[in-house]
Amino acid sequence: MLVAGVDVGSTQTKAVVMNEDREVLGKGLVPTGAKLNEAGQAAFEQALAAAGASDTQVGFVVGTGYGRYRVEFGDAQVTEISCHARGAVFLFPNTRTVLDIGGQDTKAIKVGADGEVIDFNMNDKCAAGTGRFLGAASEALEVPLPELGALALSGRNPVKMTTTCTVFAESEILGWLAKGRRVEDVVAGVHRAIASRSVSLLRRVGIEPEVTFTGGVSNNEAMVELISELVGMSVNVSSETHHCGALGAALFALDQVLTGAIPERQTV
Amino acid sequence: MTTPTKHERRIVIRPPLSLAGTTRDENRKLIREWWAELDAAGEEGRPVANVFVMGSMAEILRTFDMPIAFPEMTSLQTAVRGRSLEFITTAEDAGYSPDICGYVKADIGVHLQGGDHPMGHLPEPSLVVATNLCNTYIKWAEIWERMYDCPVFVFDIPGWRGSGFETKRGSGTFRDDVRYVEAQVRELIALTEEVTGKKFDIDRFRENLAQVNELSRLFREVLELNQHRPAPFNALTEGINLMGIVNAYRGSPKGTRFLEIAKAEFAERAARGVGAVPDERFRLLLVGTACYSNFRDFAGLFEDWQGVFPHSDYMSFAGGALDRGVHYDLDRPIESMAEQMVLTTQEAMGGMFWGQDWLTEVVREWSIDGIVFHGVKSCRTVSTGLPDEREWLLRRRDIPGLFIQSDLVDPRLWSAAQLKNRIDAFFESLESRRAAGARR
Repeated sequence: MLVAGVDVGSTQTKAVVMNEDREVLGKGLVPTGAKLNEAGQAAFEQALAAAGASDTQVGFVVGTGYGRYRVEFGDAQVTEISCHARGAVFLFPNTRTVLDIGGQDTKAIKVGADGEVIDFNMNDKCAAGTGRFLGAASEALEVPLPELGALALSGRNPVKMTTTCTVFAESEILGWLAKGRRVEDVVAGVHRAIASRSVSLLRRVGIEPEVTFTGGVSNNEAMVELISELVGMSVNVSSETHHCGALGAALFALDQVLTGAIPERQTV
Repeated sequence: MTTPTKHERRIVIRPPLSLAGTTRDENRKLIREWWAELDAAGEEGRPVANVFVMGSMAEILRTFDMPIAFPEMTSLQTAVRGRSLEFITTAEDAGYSPDICGYVKADIGVHLQGGDHPMGHLPEPSLVVATNLCNTYIKWAEIWERMYDCPVFVFDIPGWRGSGFETKRGSGTFRDDVRYVEAQVRELIALTEEVTGKKFDIDRFRENLAQVNELSRLFREVLELNQHRPAPFNALTEGINLMGIVNAYRGSPKGTRFLEIAKAEFAERAARGVGAVPDERFRLLLVGTACYSNFRDFAGLFEDWQGVFPHSDYMSFAGGALDRGVHYDLDRPIESMAEQMVLTTQEAMGGMFWGQDWLTEVVREWSIDGIVFHGVKSCRTVSTGLPDEREWLLRRRDIPGLFIQSDLVDPRLWSAAQLKNRIDAFFESLESRRAAGARR
């Protein structure tokens, strides 16, 4: 039997299909958009296709992320805080601190050896300093999001951003460009501002090694380098950390199946 | 790990309780009477006092038959009735900043609209009594002073001098503090005589103090009933009804009788094992207030996880410290009132800035699983230290806590998805903590 985790985030929806040996067989990734259930379904189908499986083989689906209650084909819901914690410890068993920078939320999580959440801290109601801030910078500078990290690494004299407010980001970025600062230095400054704010959240839960960096922004090499520098140790990232929430959700789904807590589903 | 959805909720079928609903009914009756008294005083042009829940001086004002309006309560009522934003916007249109206390703006908005409140009519105050227990009180009082040209009396009550530095009963410093406050109590009496044209009657004052002694005893007994598992009442929801009456009827036999009714009803629930929240699973302590503009939703976020609040610090600081044990010496009433003001101010200020010991004690005595710290966006005074307090209690005392933010009465500061996410994650962590404890 297979299980799945579907993480409907504010900007992207991720899915993971896993077997009973905890092997990830397929992953899916689609933009979330306005129709949350459809996004969840599309990511799930992508993951199934990658796994070469059909939905009838999936015994249990856990939804997570902001849209978790909109995953209508899901059997249960778990918050992404618990899912990222569980997924991070699965990927890197010595993880004790997790940083997840998502589209509108940054989460600092202190975890136990089994991936249980001991404490967590999140950004305030506003999305200052989250992944959306990078999106705003990408739009203002007309640099595609996936290229921002490499560009930031080439910045030698990062500007000092005075705001991490996503609304004011654009005007401040344009202000620096108007002063003649190089694009890469502005991008480096943007990254440094987000990293600093994120690490401040980590300090509130207490930074204990190892630190695992999850979420979409963990694909950004400049953020990985800056976070590592600020926490004083190399942070864990891998090709799976982007999908860490969905991975954790799949692991919770597997718990349900293996403990027989929930009767096996016949259809999805 | 799953969150029950509404259609999955079950109710327990059981023989009815004989006292079910008696507290709610009495609460409604008394609140209606309180509004009727304010309405009548306004119509007849009789003097009304505007006061605050911390340091209302109801014991003195009631001696003069002076109806007392509590703007914190009436602002809260605008929110529960779904009208607060309309009044807040009116105040903001008049120039009040979006950053200042939502209670102030909701109240000023009502006054700017001519006093028509969803539950009655707010009369013009003839006297305002405030204390230094909240810095906003003083500015709020000044607004009415300008609006209505009414006298304002602000008590300056010495609090803690610093962390752990309270003036102890019997010490020279304490005596100095009491003398300082007693002089102010006598000044207020003289001013109230002037405003009402009545002589101060010390025997009536003694009767009011005696009622407060009784009120305090009953209030503590009611709260102690919530040490039962399951908790017979929810301090978050039903607690607000208690708070309304113990403030509006402080010093009146009606307030005392109300708590007797509540005590009887909650005692019956406790004896029958009936909890305020069906199938209670988590016991929580609230630090701060609820979000009244989204009150049902706020409570529902916890009830969905079968979480109940057996206690809250709000029950303490907004209850005029009744829970800490108020006992007036009727043989020296004015001096004794000054003493209690000094003591309760110290408690309230200490609780606001150095509340960790009291919170730890409540966690132990009321078998609390976790503390919910609710920061109020429009009140930095009470909210600034909450994240630090939460972290200290987790790290030093291993007491789990959740920090969330919204507002007292401003629905624009309510973010449903973010609050739900944080609250769900907190319950998930409490569950895994419990499971880990069971494994050990």
